[in-house]
Amino acid sequence: MVVRIRGAAKAFGPVTVFEGIDLDVHQSEVVVLIGPSGAGKSTLLRCVNGLERLDAGTIDISGERLSYQQGPLNRIRRNVGMVFQSFNLFPHMSVLGNVMCAPVKVAGRPRDEARQEARQLLDKVGLADKCDSFPSSLSGGQRQRVAIARALAMRPQLMLFDEPTSALDPELVGEVLEVMRALATEGMTMIVVTHEMQFARKVADRVVLVADGGIVEQGSPQAVLDEPATPRARAFLNAVLER
Amino acid sequence: MQWLSDFIDTAPVFLDALWLTLQLALWSIVLAAVLGAVLAYCRLSRLGPVRALAAGYVSLIRGTPLVTQLFIIYFGLASIVTIEAFWAGVIGLSVHNAAYVAEIYRSGIQSVPTGQVEAGRSLGMSSWKTMRLVIAPQALRTVLPSLGNQFIIAVKDTSVAAFITVAELFRTAQIVAAEKFRPLEFYVIVGIYYLVIVLLLSGGVRMLERRMGRYGV
Ligand SMILES: Nc1ncnc2c1ncn2[C@@H]1O[C@H](COP(=O)(O)OP(=O)(O)O)[C@@H](O)[C@H]1O
Ligand SMILES: [Mg+2]
Repeated sequence: MVVRIRGAAKAFGPVTVFEGIDLDVHQSEVVVLIGPSGAGKSTLLRCVNGLERLDAGTIDISGERLSYQQGPLNRIRRNVGMVFQSFNLFPHMSVLGNVMCAPVKVAGRPRDEARQEARQLLDKVGLADKCDSFPSSLSGGQRQRVAIARALAMRPQLMLFDEPTSALDPELVGEVLEVMRALATEGMTMIVVTHEMQFARKVADRVVLVADGGIVEQGSPQAVLDEPATPRARAFLNAVLER
Repeated sequence: MQWLSDFIDTAPVFLDALWLTLQLALWSIVLAAVLGAVLAYCRLSRLGPVRALAAGYVSLIRGTPLVTQLFIIYFGLASIVTIEAFWAGVIGLSVHNAAYVAEIYRSGIQSVPTGQVEAGRSLGMSSWKTMRLVIAPQALRTVLPSLGNQFIIAVKDTSVAAFITVAELFRTAQIVAAEKFRPLEFYVIVGIYYLVIVLLLSGGVRMLERRMGRYGV
């Protein structure tokens, strides 16, 4: 098991975001989190790599308990890649620099080896010709693919995606989803927050609906998306599919 | 013609003084850049008392005249330790400029979006590495103009060291003007010396800005 969440609870001040969340993610599984805006999907995802701190409950990643001590947390984070809605590329580094930076400065790999691997990763996301460009000269879709390559460069066991296509123009969504789909096919373990229902249907092994401070429903894409059991799930899906 | 010969006649004296001014400026700028970084780090610390201490320092320094600060260090502390006038000047100017530099650094650091920090941390960087590799380079580019401006002020402010007997440019001008009974000429001449340093320095800063501005956001 790659991720094991038990009794997770999180509040911001007096506002409880979620409570009592249990979730397991297995090796090579693709779990898609869906749910209304403000349901706490991002917060839950950010708790998995310790960007947010749980108030109660536990998270184990590959058998190691997530703690908030800097040393162990940083070690776990090397194994968990994260892709943000707003890309968050380093604007002062070239594309290659973005991808190489952490392998060299954090994992301590030799520069040449890291450079070679970075080039391979950029080739894989279709940006081999952009190595020397700066992020400001790229389209949103290209930026997000660089961000994916940057996360993969640490050779993570788990990838977290927080609405990776929500900031993109519609015509650029496909190229990013395609990279993610390929990654899933290769067997990467992934947790993906997205509103792309087609992606969920085609790529997800499991869809998890988060709403009202907890997991409302989970199961295969068909089960959750086509035959939701709860009224809450039906209400959400109707709202989404109407758009 | 009288002006020109004044300028040439006093050049040896003024060039010596210029050298002292440059040393004062260089030392205090370098030390202020370092001390300012430490202060900015404290100012953004998670620990309340550390933050309060740094904030107190900044408002104390900004709330009192530079000349007072130099007098306290040179004449005031003379009863405890004796410091050479030059080093008293360096310490005073560094302590003074550090407060302003710290505020500039802080604004630069705060101008970097939190997403950048999160990206660094999510790759496993320690908070120190995130600061060094991600935040500082971006912050520095943002604040380069204000930093350059503060350093120009720092150069001009070395003239205050004249009042604690450091024989830098301005004190030299005072002495020469008194000797020759021609204050207008020699204060204008010393002004020109300062102007040249400042123009060179701002040219350098502009060049650095162009170099660093390679990536547009
Ligand atoms: N840093 C924060 N401080 C305070 N409230 C927050 C913070 N981050 C998120 N929230 C609140 O927590 C709730 C869940 O947010 P989020 O996880 O972003 O939802 P989702 O990603 O499902 O849209 C929202 O009500 C949001 O306003
Ligand atoms: Mg969100």
